[in-house]
Amino acid sequence: MAHAYTPGLRVSSHATVRKLRRLPLKGEVAVSLGDAVTRDQVAARTELPGNVTSVNLVNKLGCTPAELANYMLVKEGEPVTAGAPIAETRPLIKWFKTVVDAPVTGTLESVSSVTGQVILREPPNPVEVLAFVDGQVVEVMEEEGVTIETEGAYIQGIFGVGGETWGKLRLLVDRPSDAVTADRIPGDCAGEILAGGSLIEHAAIEKARQAGAKGIIGGGIRDQDLRDLLGYDLGVAITGTEKIGLTLIVTEGFGSIAMAHKTFEILEGCAGSEASISGATQIRAGVMRPEIIVPAATGGSEHGEGGGADAGLSLGRQLRAIRAPYFGRIGRVSDLPAELRQVESGAQVRVLEVEFEDGEQAVVPRANVELIEE
Amino acid sequence: MSEINVVVATDCGSTTTKAILIEKQGDLYRQTYRGEAPTTVEAPFEDVTRGVLNSIQEVEELSGRRILDGERVITPASGDEGVDIYISTSSAGGGLQMMVAGVVQSMTGESAQRCALGAGAIVMDVLAANDKRLPHEKIERIRQLRPDMVLVSGGTDGGTVSHVVELAEFIAAADPKPRFGSTFELPVIFAGNADAAPEIEKTLGATTALTVTENIRPVLERENLGPARQVIHDLFLEHVMAQAPGYQKLIEWTGAPIMPTPGAVGEIMQTIARRQGINVIGVDIGGATTDVFSVFDQLFNRTVSANLGMSYSISNVLAAAGIENVTRWVPFAIDEADLRDRIKNKMIRPTTIPQLLEELQIEHAIAREALRLAFVQHRELAVGLKGVQSERTLSDAFDQTATGESLIQMMQLDLLVGSGGVLSHAPSRNQAAALLIDAFQPEGVTRLAVDSIFMMPHLGVLSTVSEQAATDVFARDCLIYLGTCVAPVHAEKAGSACATYEVALPDGTHQGELKAGGLHQLPLATGETAGLTIRPVRGVDAGAGPGQELKIPVHGGVAGLIIDARGRPLQFAADAGARTDQIAAWTRALNLYGD
Repeated sequence: MAHAYTPGLRVSSHATVRKLRRLPLKGEVAVSLGDAVTRDQVAARTELPGNVTSVNLVNKLGCTPAELANYMLVKEGEPVTAGAPIAETRPLIKWFKTVVDAPVTGTLESVSSVTGQVILREPPNPVEVLAFVDGQVVEVMEEEGVTIETEGAYIQGIFGVGGETWGKLRLLVDRPSDAVTADRIPGDCAGEILAGGSLIEHAAIEKARQAGAKGIIGGGIRDQDLRDLLGYDLGVAITGTEKIGLTLIVTEGFGSIAMAHKTFEILEGCAGSEASISGATQIRAGVMRPEIIVPAATGGSEHGEGGGADAGLSLGRQLRAIRAPYFGRIGRVSDLPAELRQVESGAQVRVLEVEFEDGEQAVVPRANVELIEE
Repeated sequence: MSEINVVVATDCGSTTTKAILIEKQGDLYRQTYRGEAPTTVEAPFEDVTRGVLNSIQEVEELSGRRILDGERVITPASGDEGVDIYISTSSAGGGLQMMVAGVVQSMTGESAQRCALGAGAIVMDVLAANDKRLPHEKIERIRQLRPDMVLVSGGTDGGTVSHVVELAEFIAAADPKPRFGSTFELPVIFAGNADAAPEIEKTLGATTALTVTENIRPVLERENLGPARQVIHDLFLEHVMAQAPGYQKLIEWTGAPIMPTPGAVGEIMQTIARRQGINVIGVDIGGATTDVFSVFDQLFNRTVSANLGMSYSISNVLAAAGIENVTRWVPFAIDEADLRDRIKNKMIRPTTIPQLLEELQIEHAIAREALRLAFVQHRELAVGLKGVQSERTLSDAFDQTATGESLIQMMQLDLLVGSGGVLSHAPSRNQAAALLIDAFQPEGVTRLAVDSIFMMPHLGVLSTVSEQAATDVFARDCLIYLGTCVAPVHAEKAGSACATYEVALPDGTHQGELKAGGLHQLPLATGETAGLTIRPVRGVDAGAGPGQELKIPVHGGVAGLIIDARGRPLQFAADAGARTDQIAAWTRALNLYGD
């Protein structure tokens, strides 16, 4: 296999970031190629078909489906108004007349002569896709969406919940090993993205939420706290649509883990700038990780989009162990033995030797390390 | 087709494309070489054939046989060049995702579900006239899902028309969009009451790619799933596969239609069950999903548990099983919060592997629960037809399956096959055997095996062109026999005598008394057989009936002969400390993790 290790998450102080902004259905692109856009600007819009309501008129009118057409007051394709009649019987004695009103406003879509069912469709729901980041339109897909490009800091987290949002980035701690505790959440953080070092405590999330913060970033979170936050046990890592009042991103994993130095340094450098963040995570084929994007007014390009840690494993490369017993520790590759080695679990696996920052040497399965870009 | 001597087959999975070479040696077909490469359906490649070519190239390098001429598979074989046929299966891009509909949920709804699952699909939802959802909720649901295909059934021939048409009206109103390709029409199959077909055509014909086929439930007493399954396979190729990147090219390369991976596994399981006259259960536990297949009395069933798996879905196993059910299998005390964080960390970094023994033991505990839950789901669907009038005796009334008799009779099971990383790549084969026994709890005498490199998909599609080749390879190269499990069924108190046994092993005759709660392993190597006699006490059934003596030849394997006297269902000690000791004793009995 080409990849016996986990390619690292992208963490860069100066990157060219391209964001695809695509409509769920075909629609209209609202910007042009080359336009400078802001994060809250509409990039494309469409209309989702309206909700559908069915009414079984046969039961209400007491007729057969075949007779239904004779009693309809509105034809297929015509507009209907909530409360206005759509069908009525025509008995000889007027008192026995039955009238059925439309339950919703919209259009009469179909009348079935088999089931006696009438389908009404409400007006379409407009959907807008915003630019999400300040940048420039570099590609337009007619009727489908656009690609926005920006230069700036780009950090992929490991896991997040909550959707796209933005705000001023504020650093809460001095060191990457400092936890995000409730007493570190400032009262005046409304509209801001808060960033800390290691564990984000549950009480801190609650306080940030109450204070109106838009997002919170840290090294780790306890699963138990995530469960309390969501109100359910997350089964599959497909997130981004949670309505929890803010967007949460962890950069390292579950439990109390210090944020990687480089990630912390970039966040530190961006403090005070406007950041766009998304908690959307999808861990399947076609993996999607949460993102922190801090567009800069100027800045060079260090890595292009997709410029992941694909140079592969080599001696001296910096890595992070991502599973017990060395979980979270950072070191450098000191040897890459070709042959399979037996590890404590009894499995014969491809391994590498690593020298951690404190000088300790260890043998780790290649599958259990993540490369760190330098 | 002229005689087939050399075959190259690929299975394009979500992450890995696996190629195998099969060659005729003398009168027998054997699997000779294998290669694998990352699947290239996603960006940046977006062309499945890159991964296919890479995996075949690896086979070329290992075998010395030239198979490719640039980007072309050389056919037919001549000397050391080319192959007679190239075949493939695919589950890349999430496999085949379907929504099914039927009039009555437990009748045509269930038949439609069985039909789609058997064809290799993941069933996203079952829509039924009586599913208790309001019309607008049904329409909303159809719209939310973006299936690859919809199967509409309902009504026996000559039966209800209006209910079936109503379902079609809901689908038309929802106007669902397919998952891939925003421009093509969603394939809809109608396999219900033939009398409703003209109305269905009127309702759905203009807005969907409608195919009308034979009714899957022409009469209540009979299912007719074959024609609709064939249509699913055809549409899978024409619509779904054709939209996936690079598949047009792949379809042209193959000498037989590309099958959905689980559909192909179903084919080989049915072929084996039919040719050997046995009842089989197969399970494939992956990172995201677990598939269970069964063939009992030639009746095939498949289910897929879409959110039970060992990496992407590992956290869902914990959510579905509950923490107590997972920790009951762990032979040491563990802190709940710590366990939760470990499981979530595996979920977000799904490719990592256990380095520590205790991490392996935790993964095995989770695997037991994933397998157990997947099997529970399978048993719920693998039932006889519901809605059929039959005479019921008093004893039937006490049966848990009030309607639709279970087809899964563990006492009648001959072969239990496991595959998927956690079983196939377990550091010790004893561990794989223990996982299968604990999760499925086979009764009586059952042979256990693992499909070491998950060759069953390749053999399934091969069986459609050469049944002989497929069965030869299945018997000789596909399975690694773990051995045989002998499990007398009883609910005796631990320590009480439940049977005596005598077994003529190659190293001499072993005999003894079986005490309830005991677990024993005897050496019996692959290829060896031994005569087993087991005399259960009154009320205990070893396979010949309660209290009846059983004499039977048993087959060996890498884990030997396992005599499981723990009873069915397994009883766990109520006290946490005693339970940990109990699991530790079971672990020692099968020497699962060394000292």
